[in-house]
Amino acid sequence: MATHDKTINHDRSRSIILSIVKHNIFIPCAFLTMLLLVNIFINPGFLKISMGADSNGHPVLIGNLINILSNATELVILAIGMTLVTASSKGQDISVGATLAISGGVVMRVLCGNETQPDSLHAPIIVALILGCLAGMACGAFNGILVSRFKIQPMIATLILFTAGRSIASMAMGGLKPKAVSSFGYYGNFIPGFPIPTPILITIGIVIVTMLTLKLTNLGLYTRAVGVNAKASSLNGLNPTMIKFLTFVVLGFCVGIAGFVQSSRVQTVNPYTIVPGIEMDVILAVALGGNSLGGGKFNMTGSIIGAYTIQTLTSMLMTLNVNTNAVPVFKAAIIVVLVVIQSSVVKAFFNKKMGELKSRKNSGKGNDTYVVVE
Amino acid sequence: MQDEILKMRGINKSFPGVRALQNVDFTLFEGEIHALMGENGAGKSTLIKVLTGVYAKEGGEIRLRGLDKPVTIKSPQEAQKLGISTVYQEITLCPNLTVAENMFIGRAEEVIVNWKKRIDKTNAILASLGISAKATQQLSSCSIAVQQMVAIARAVDMECKVLILDEPTSSLDDQEVAKLFSLMRDLKNRGVGIIFVTHFLEQVYEVCDKITVLRNGELIGEYLIKDLPRVALVSKMLGKELGDLSALQNETACDISRQKDIVVEVKGLSGDSGIRPFDFKTCKGEVTGFAGLLGSGRSECVRAIFGADHVTGGEIKIKGKPVHITSPLKAMKNGIGYLSEDRKSDGIIGDLSVRENMILALQVMRGFFKPFSKAQAYAFADEYIKLLGIKTASADTPISSLSGGNQQKVILARWLLTHPDYLILDEPTRGIDIGTKVDIQKLVLKLADEGMSITFISSEIEEMLRTCSRLIVMRDLNIVGELKGEDMTQDRIMHTIAGGATNHGDS
Repeated sequence: MATHDKTINHDRSRSIILSIVKHNIFIPCAFLTMLLLVNIFINPGFLKISMGADSNGHPVLIGNLINILSNATELVILAIGMTLVTASSKGQDISVGATLAISGGVVMRVLCGNETQPDSLHAPIIVALILGCLAGMACGAFNGILVSRFKIQPMIATLILFTAGRSIASMAMGGLKPKAVSSFGYYGNFIPGFPIPTPILITIGIVIVTMLTLKLTNLGLYTRAVGVNAKASSLNGLNPTMIKFLTFVVLGFCVGIAGFVQSSRVQTVNPYTIVPGIEMDVILAVALGGNSLGGGKFNMTGSIIGAYTIQTLTSMLMTLNVNTNAVPVFKAAIIVVLVVIQSSVVKAFFNKKMGELKSRKNSGKGNDTYVVVE
Repeated sequence: MQDEILKMRGINKSFPGVRALQNVDFTLFEGEIHALMGENGAGKSTLIKVLTGVYAKEGGEIRLRGLDKPVTIKSPQEAQKLGISTVYQEITLCPNLTVAENMFIGRAEEVIVNWKKRIDKTNAILASLGISAKATQQLSSCSIAVQQMVAIARAVDMECKVLILDEPTSSLDDQEVAKLFSLMRDLKNRGVGIIFVTHFLEQVYEVCDKITVLRNGELIGEYLIKDLPRVALVSKMLGKELGDLSALQNETACDISRQKDIVVEVKGLSGDSGIRPFDFKTCKGEVTGFAGLLGSGRSECVRAIFGADHVTGGEIKIKGKPVHITSPLKAMKNGIGYLSEDRKSDGIIGDLSVRENMILALQVMRGFFKPFSKAQAYAFADEYIKLLGIKTASADTPISSLSGGNQQKVILARWLLTHPDYLILDEPTRGIDIGTKVDIQKLVLKLADEGMSITFISSEIEEMLRTCSRLIVMRDLNIVGELKGEDMTQDRIMHTIAGGATNHGDS
């Protein structure tokens, strides 16, 4: 009797473990945890958060974790938009870095006008934020029309702004590289007297808005339906063209917010060097989150965790004093491992092994495992 | 008698859960145009794919003239080398290349290409076959018919002995069809054996010598064209003998001739899917059926009503009020539901759960900013899972992991949830087990009894007789008849479907 109960308990606990392991954000979480553990191993003080002071003597939180959380802001916000675009259009927007330069440029132009070092802001910051977002959304709409209406592959369609975007940003700024007064820097750094970096607050805000939007509207359902089967969706009254277009506009909005935060960090924008290569990091974040880059179902939480994973990796390589030029190589090497582990081939292999183990346990003998071919 | 050039014997092929071909024989003679007929799922395309090496056969043998041993064809390339060429409905050539380039693509016969020679040769072939195209012309600048003929010319030039034409005429107009037929006759005189797959009965009788009929993966028989009148062909394709059908009719005849208020009235509706302008109306609680062979336009009619295809003319009145339906959403808002024909590609949203698939249509009607709460969605799903007896592990199971019949029930639930006044069911019972079929038929009658107007389309006439009170019969994208009451018998339906020589096969 006692042994019987024990087996039931054992089975139950095993099924709980199984359901956790099978949960779709398990692997992204496991990656992040692993990376954090490696970091702790390298630097035992990695998790330490302490009170320090910024250059003006205001108390601020400092620590590796705080830096990662703060620096990941742009990546997280962009990954949210990219997840939707990927799900609906079965492709990715590779122009987000360039369009981020555009919206950042618009923010700077609005704030500084034609001066390079104005003593005060030319416009209220909210106006700059709105115009920056509108610029991002206009870029998103441009990409969205090409993809949804003209049915151009997302990568080709967004290649246009990928190529031209940074020059457009430079033109938007009138060829200047203005620097705004330091009060504009509150949004990319700290609000005086408040110890938590503003970008972290912005991230929290955006994540909450995203989750609420997914809960209170049908954005998620429509996007997934269109991504999985556009033909069937249209027979259910959906307009796949419109929905694909909308996801690009949403990504454009995300670009606008990210551009605002990024330009606030140093209160200036160099359109040619701002967020270099961020588009690939964003796409990787989506992939690491367990999302298929072939569209369809998506996992927003996974993408967000994926973005933090990438940021952790980047800052880890920086603390290890890896040569800046060599960083991409290390990053690539680690990402290859992460992506291969998540690939369907490896998953199928592990499932097969698990099945073999199970059947061996159940029957006591080495039963043949049937592999269904096609 | 001429030579046999192709002999297939005892061909077997199965897919998971389906025996696609069971012991099928097929023989093709030199200089013969041989029609391969059968409804959807009869095994025509599987047989052709076995012959062309797309699928590997599981049993039986294929023999070709001039070879002592049976052949095993592993790929379409190998089939081509053996002299078996296929021209599909969709052009499989490269539209961005010239005619001559297309003629020689993938045939690396010489190391150094002499384009002058190739162009001359191409022109010679085109001229000899009477095809009005130039070798240097870009393929996409030719009409679809000419493109198809170029594909045939390419096959001829590769010295094909067996030419398979898979639905070649479905996108051609009458003149183009005539041209294609004269080309086919020309090839026949040169000794090529042609396998002709089509849904158009008229064309079979116009150009073919022999007919092989398949049904449910089995060989029904091989007939000379003069021995098989149209009605007999239709009855063989549908699997219903003429004559002994009255027994079935009796118990199934259902009386819904109540003429109440008209729910849907369609006048002169035509769409870009090729459907000719048609009229149609249905009353409250009536079950109508569109009968006809595949490709006769039955789906196109209802798709036009639902706004699924672009409508080019005509008008629709719902309960006497003129409406302008330009999209499925508008149709849905006017109380029309449409369960589409191809469940896999147009019905289910594969990766999404049973629950999400079920609430989709109602959710879309309700609007973007008003999502159902999870509890509400689960309540809907649980209600209909129980009501329709859907076998699923849970409401969260992805629909793609359900069996075909259960998937169909989910889609049915999707439309029932919207409480339509007029529900169109296009082949709701195709490919599902007999138990579910009966469930769905019963449900249709029950819904009609409760006042819903329903259009029920099925390839199985028996099923339509059981459920419908009025049948609209279609042939070649036209409505050719309407049957109700006493007239609704299998014989009458088949005669109307076959058309033409109506009295031919009566005795």
